[in-house]
Amino acid sequence: MVLGFFALSGITVLSALLVLVARNLLHSLAFLVLSFLGMAGLFITLSADFIAVAQILIYAGSISVLMVFAVMLTPLASRDNGNSLYVIPAALGGLGLASLIGFVAIDTDWDERSTRGLAETDFPATSNVIGDLLLGRYILAFEIASVLLLFALLGAIVLVQERQRTSRSQDEGDA
Amino acid sequence: MIPEIPALDEITITLAHYLAVSGAVFGIGVVVALSKRNAVAVLMGIELMLNAVNLTLLAFSRFSSAFPAGEEPIAGHVFVVFVLTVAAAEAAIALAMAVLLYQRRETVDLDRVNLMRW
Repeated sequence: MVLGFFALSGITVLSALLVLVARNLLHSLAFLVLSFLGMAGLFITLSADFIAVAQILIYAGSISVLMVFAVMLTPLASRDNGNSLYVIPAALGGLGLASLIGFVAIDTDWDERSTRGLAETDFPATSNVIGDLLLGRYILAFEIASVLLLFALLGAIVLVQERQRTSRSQDEGDA
Repeated sequence: MIPEIPALDEITITLAHYLAVSGAVFGIGVVVALSKRNAVAVLMGIELMLNAVNLTLLAFSRFSSAFPAGEEPIAGHVFVVFVLTVAAAEAAIALAMAVLLYQRRETVDLDRVNLMRW
């Protein structure tokens, strides 16, 4: 349990760092997938079974494939994963933010039971309770999320298709 | 004064451990999102930040079940489901915008997309 936590968090943080320093954009994408998988393992150690599977399906599956598509559909663009001029202030800001969060997390006097560890507290199975909550108390947010997904779908289609329509009309004009 | 390193079986993983990992991943995500030139790489940083927030929510949910007032710890999981939904929608739109940008300008380099720069 303890060893698993440290191994998984090491995998997650190290591959996130490799996303930052990898020279090739596709390599950095591969390390991003590894980081997502490590994060799914951390979710499992928190006994969040449904969320861990959803993380693997959505993040490590769909979103990474979308990113591979976006890289492959921009063939002439640079793939060197370069940094902009703001890398020093960004690194300082990120380091400051991470150390601030870590300091607050360690320094805060959490409830004493939160230091008792995971093994001594039981936790219910999550999937059926999540389903009950989504279709019960949070039904409005659930519906709004479905509308959001619908608009994202339509928006993505419209955004990418607009150029083809104009070019086709230009072709007809040329003909 | 070097603090003594405890043995492995004496360590209990607490809430602070998860929050520290989450803070580290969030900081790396901030650096990636702020310092990369490629639009897809910036999106990778944003996804890392969302992942770190998910880890925070799940850790609080898990450990709040040990709190006296934690009646319904699964509410954190429902939050994470919504974050996943919004992240998927945002990734679809942002990558469509990157492809559209490439079709119009032949680049996804954010330093060269400066039409609205003052």
